[in-house]
Amino acid sequence: MQIIWDFFADIGLTQSVFQFMLVNIILALSIFITLYAGIFSLANIGFMAIGAYAGVISTQTFGLPLWAGILVGMIITGTSAYFLGLPVLRLQDIYLAIATIGFGEIVRIMILNFDSLLSVISGKTIILTGNALGIKGIPKITQTWHLLVFIFLALLILHRLGNSRYGRAMRALRDDEQIASGMGINIVKMKSAMFVLSAILAGAAGVFSGHLTRIISPGVFNFARVVDTLAFAVLGGTTTWAGPVVGAAILTAIPELARPLKAYNQIFNGIVLLLVIVYLPNGVADPKLWGKIIRKIKQRKQ
Amino acid sequence: MTFLQQTVNALWLGSVYSLFALGYALVFSVLGVLNLAHSAVFMWGAYLGWLAATQMNLPLPVAGLIAILGAGLIGVLLDIIAFAPLRKRNAPRISQLISSLGVSLILVKLAQIIFSAQPQFFTLNSSLSQSIPKLPFKITVIQGTIFVISILSMILLRLLIRHTRSGKAIRAIAMDSQTAALFGVPVESFYRFVFFLSGVLAGTAGLLYGLAFNNVLPFMGDSIALKGLTVIVIGGLGNIEGAVIGGFVIAGLEIASIAFGSSTYRDAIIFLLLILVLLFRPQGLMGEKTVSRV
Repeated sequence: MQIIWDFFADIGLTQSVFQFMLVNIILALSIFITLYAGIFSLANIGFMAIGAYAGVISTQTFGLPLWAGILVGMIITGTSAYFLGLPVLRLQDIYLAIATIGFGEIVRIMILNFDSLLSVISGKTIILTGNALGIKGIPKITQTWHLLVFIFLALLILHRLGNSRYGRAMRALRDDEQIASGMGINIVKMKSAMFVLSAILAGAAGVFSGHLTRIISPGVFNFARVVDTLAFAVLGGTTTWAGPVVGAAILTAIPELARPLKAYNQIFNGIVLLLVIVYLPNGVADPKLWGKIIRKIKQRKQ
Repeated sequence: MTFLQQTVNALWLGSVYSLFALGYALVFSVLGVLNLAHSAVFMWGAYLGWLAATQMNLPLPVAGLIAILGAGLIGVLLDIIAFAPLRKRNAPRISQLISSLGVSLILVKLAQIIFSAQPQFFTLNSSLSQSIPKLPFKITVIQGTIFVISILSMILLRLLIRHTRSGKAIRAIAMDSQTAALFGVPVESFYRFVFFLSGVLAGTAGLLYGLAFNNVLPFMGDSIALKGLTVIVIGGLGNIEGAVIGGFVIAGLEIASIAFGSSTYRDAIIFLLLILVLLFRPQGLMGEKTVSRV
């Protein structure tokens, strides 16, 4: 086992890179869920920020264990997603995208001023979020197996969900909302449930990453991060859950494998977004694409 | 500061916001897509102007012209790379939004690699940053010029769209591109022209903004990108007159929130307004036509 780890570490995939890859996979799954149901929401990083702060404050200020912090983070993000979703999910594509971009910015600004706001209200000096400085010195207690188990459970749930009537309802929703509604699918409930599920995953990713990077600040959860997450899902494709997993793994690994690329990381992400959306609209992990490639190889052999 | 002074500040800042948002609105009204690389073109407009003025030592008006035309060309390039291929395939609007995000990433990072993340400055004649004398309020020569240029550009755009043959064609395409094509309008060429115009608007706004604050940064587009979105949402997506008014509204709100001492919440107020307008008046504050949002 050690030999395998050493090999990966040698080519640049150290354990911490691997851990970030796993966090990114959770994030990618989070944006995948909404995209799969045809909801173009860019609120994921906002929810990640809420989760990160809720989780870290639980473990640091209130001394709860990590699992409880994750639970708190998930509950708080889920609840805020429910209430945000009530009005916002009435909007569609571009309108929803703009509204959720606005939400992400509001979350960032609220966290930035959270302490001053609380202090003014309560009349005492309260330090919870640390304003612009953020929270420092968080112990690195997220283990690789925590992330692996979490992703396994998430995939299990997604897989089961995909094969159930909810999965069929989601696909119907993505293809045509009006027809789906005519078939007796409760669109509002369905969308709200997916939005909450997506937010919960993002929140958990936030708690995990807070206990990995050892520091969280409002500046980390910016719009660039939203675009990165979108790139994971777009590269992998959103036809199956394998898409975001593959996309996040590739886009996290490549800058590490090809060190010179690291400085040009964002250019690379930009080019990937552009090329994939133009030439491979279903992503690189599209089963149909691979079916086609395998058939072509077989034909050539004959 | 007096109310008059605040109003003057809001007017010249608002004119730049309006100019920027006009480019967003123009593309949205004609093509129905959101071009999120618009703010990157804005930033490149400022850099091109800076390059021409300080590195090539050209006089400011010439440098400005180069910057504006260069930004227009970037707009055309943007269409060729990010929009035209998807348009041909009849891809959903969201795909075009994503591809424009990709180009935006590339353009911003490219600027950072070429010009570094350090701010660059114009070497301005000191007389430019002095107040215009004999006025009851303070406005520097450069701020005044910016206001005049912005307003002139908007009038020119209006004349172009309302009173020329090309403008008529653009309006026809915005209404129904297929019917326009049947009547012999070269739709694809006009799409490219619209992207050129949008690039020119972004570039002009970027140049003026960079001159006003004498600060050119790779990330200078970030904050105005979101403000611009708010502006066009308030004005009604794709509503050209709405974008102009929206720009002044946002600048006014910004100046007012600073004046009332809550500058930390300035951006939060703007984004809250954005979401509220989207929810309750998705057609914009002055829009009348119904927009499908369901």
